Amino acid sequence: MIEITAAELAPDEEGTIVSLGGGPGAQSRLRSLGLAEGRRIRNVSRIGWGGPIVLLVNRAQVAVGRGMARRIVVRVRKDRRTERDG
Amino acid sequence: MVESRSSDRLPPKQDRLAADILLVGQPNVGKSVLFSRLTGMRTIASNYPGTTVGFAAGAMRFGGGSYTVVDAPGTYSLEPLDEAARVAIDLIDAAGLIINVVDATHLERHLPLTLELIAQGKPLVVALNMSDEARHLGIEINKERLEELLGVPVVPTVARTGEGVVRLIGAALSREVPGRGAQAEGPARDESGHPAHHPHLAHHHAGERTNGHEHIADDRIWCRVGEIVDEVQVLRHHHHTVSQRFEDASVHPFLGGIIALLVLAAAFSVVRVIGEFLVSGGVGISGEPWFRVPFGMEPLFDAAWRPLMTKLSASLGGDGFIHHLLVGNLIDGRIDFKQSFGLLTTGLFVPLGMVLPYIFSFYLVLSLLEDTGYLPRLAVFLDTGMHRIGLHGYAIVPTLLGLGCNVPGIMATRILENRRQRFITATLISIAVPCAALQAMIVGLAGARGLWVVALVYGILFVVWIAIGMILKIATRGFLPELLIEIPPYRVPSIGALASKMWMRVGGFLREALPIVLAAILVVNVLYELNVFHYVADASAGVVSTLWGLPKEAIVPLLLGILRKEMGAGMFAPLALTTKQLVSGCVILSMFFPCIATLVVLLRELGWRDTLKATGIMLAAVVATGAAINLIWP
Repeated sequence: MIEITAAELAPDEEGTIVSLGGGPGAQSRLRSLGLAEGRRIRNVSRIGWGGPIVLLVNRAQVAVGRGMARRIVVRVRKDRRTERDG
Repeated sequence: MVESRSSDRLPPKQDRLAADILLVGQPNVGKSVLFSRLTGMRTIASNYPGTTVGFAAGAMRFGGGSYTVVDAPGTYSLEPLDEAARVAIDLIDAAGLIINVVDATHLERHLPLTLELIAQGKPLVVALNMSDEARHLGIEINKERLEELLGVPVVPTVARTGEGVVRLIGAALSREVPGRGAQAEGPARDESGHPAHHPHLAHHHAGERTNGHEHIADDRIWCRVGEIVDEVQVLRHHHHTVSQRFEDASVHPFLGGIIALLVLAAAFSVVRVIGEFLVSGGVGISGEPWFRVPFGMEPLFDAAWRPLMTKLSASLGGDGFIHHLLVGNLIDGRIDFKQSFGLLTTGLFVPLGMVLPYIFSFYLVLSLLEDTGYLPRLAVFLDTGMHRIGLHGYAIVPTLLGLGCNVPGIMATRILENRRQRFITATLISIAVPCAALQAMIVGLAGARGLWVVALVYGILFVVWIAIGMILKIATRGFLPELLIEIPPYRVPSIGALASKMWMRVGGFLREALPIVLAAILVVNVLYELNVFHYVADASAGVVSTLWGLPKEAIVPLLLGILRKEMGAGMFAPLALTTKQLVSGCVILSMFFPCIATLVVLLRELGWRDTLKATGIMLAAVVATGAAINLIWP
């Protein structure tokens, strides 16, 4: 198992949230949308040109700005194919 | 049964209002729909988070009693993270009983707020809303066990159909609700005054708003929510539905972008086609329409109203002050509804014959976009672009509302997280986003010279919108939060809710616009008789004719636009403008001082200091834009 950020998840790749960065306000907003420690998330879509990433958490889609997604640390399988955070 | 009446005791401002029953829940769980069910009052409900930014109050009659019901704006937690949440928190403090509306399809996301609310110690009932959708998705919730774990009544509801609503009120008004008056059968409380059967929350409540411990308490709540959900919820396997496939496609990096472009193009075309059809009874790109039916507002005015007005004109002798006031000037010996400018001719034709059709078609399309749940998806694709002007994608929602009327658009900026974003969005709406009434006139006036003329006006305003946004991004200071929104599932719009929303919005236009339009024409005609405009035109000729290249009389429509923009545009008609002058006139009218209603709401939302700043920016921008068009266009 290795740790990457949610912004680096490959298409359809799943991961478990390990920790959240950013200030308490940002963390609180993330948690209130279900992006909390221990949750499974999946990369549904990542919009080009540094656009937001759409994550599936608890069967709901949540759009997260790229910078914010970089503050979500997730644990993923080690044998993943690497993906650049464009 | 639930008997209801609408209340005229609506508070004018956001004073503290003591609700008997307060509806609290996260954004987009159906609070406004439930509120309409309880009170019989119409509210604007849509399928995106943040539809209700203020609150609505109404009266509900049930079992012989009358209760004040208040619909709070959606809030994710009891931390005041945005303006809407602050409003909700104030309402909770003053409320007698809380109905916590919860989305049954995403229990784990909604229970944290429920636990926070329970910790407040107020009488509380949980409405497990959208339980039909939950059933459909194969989600089973053990209601009895949930009640035991939470210690409050839980009632499954479907606000859209009314299922379970009577049971919900019954539960809310029964004496069994924990926390209702400490006197009767209320639960035992611990020494800190919190209900004793929520020991897991005592710590959180004690640590509330003492920043350092906040996130620890947060973690505890999440753990507790996980335990509760594991115990009460069973998920049955179900196949990907068609709408879920479409949900995935519309956020797909490539496919979703194409869908966004198609949706936008379709939305604008449909607004134009329906609007044009309702005005003229015909549809076509330009020139002769493809087909024509013998109705539409123009044919209707000609067939039914013209004979009456012609008689009136003749009986008034075709001239004189009263004739001028009621019928206006005859153009080539006959009444011209667009140019005569009498109270009963142009005064009725502009709002009813030219603007109303576009108000209808605009709000029809907007309501469909709102109710299906497409808007948050559009925000995802516009996010990167909108970062260039200091905003994130969700600022498109107030902006689109502003294309209907600037007033609700500026109010909707409350869904944005901080003051800087609200200032940028509201300033941009008030300067560069023309309302539907003005757009209808632009299409009517400029469209007669060709579609490219209309496109040019829109194009220039779009460039202005971007340019001012880029400048404001540099000129303002503060943190710019990133996009973070929930994307709701697609839903089939309910015809009843759609009709109700259309009725409110179109009716609102008639109630608010018609009296002001008539008053404006009256004032203009009286001032014309008194020859006042002569002096105003001479005084402003330096800017209006020398710098902008417009006839100096154009100052009158620009000033009149402050009352109602469509009347300002209506006064361009008799000025015999060249195409260049028409384009720059329409652009300048859009930008030049917001209408009085918009100004009032700007003052309320931004305060006088920022409204002054916005006004300064507006003046600089309109002088520069008018001059630029005049210089660049040969």
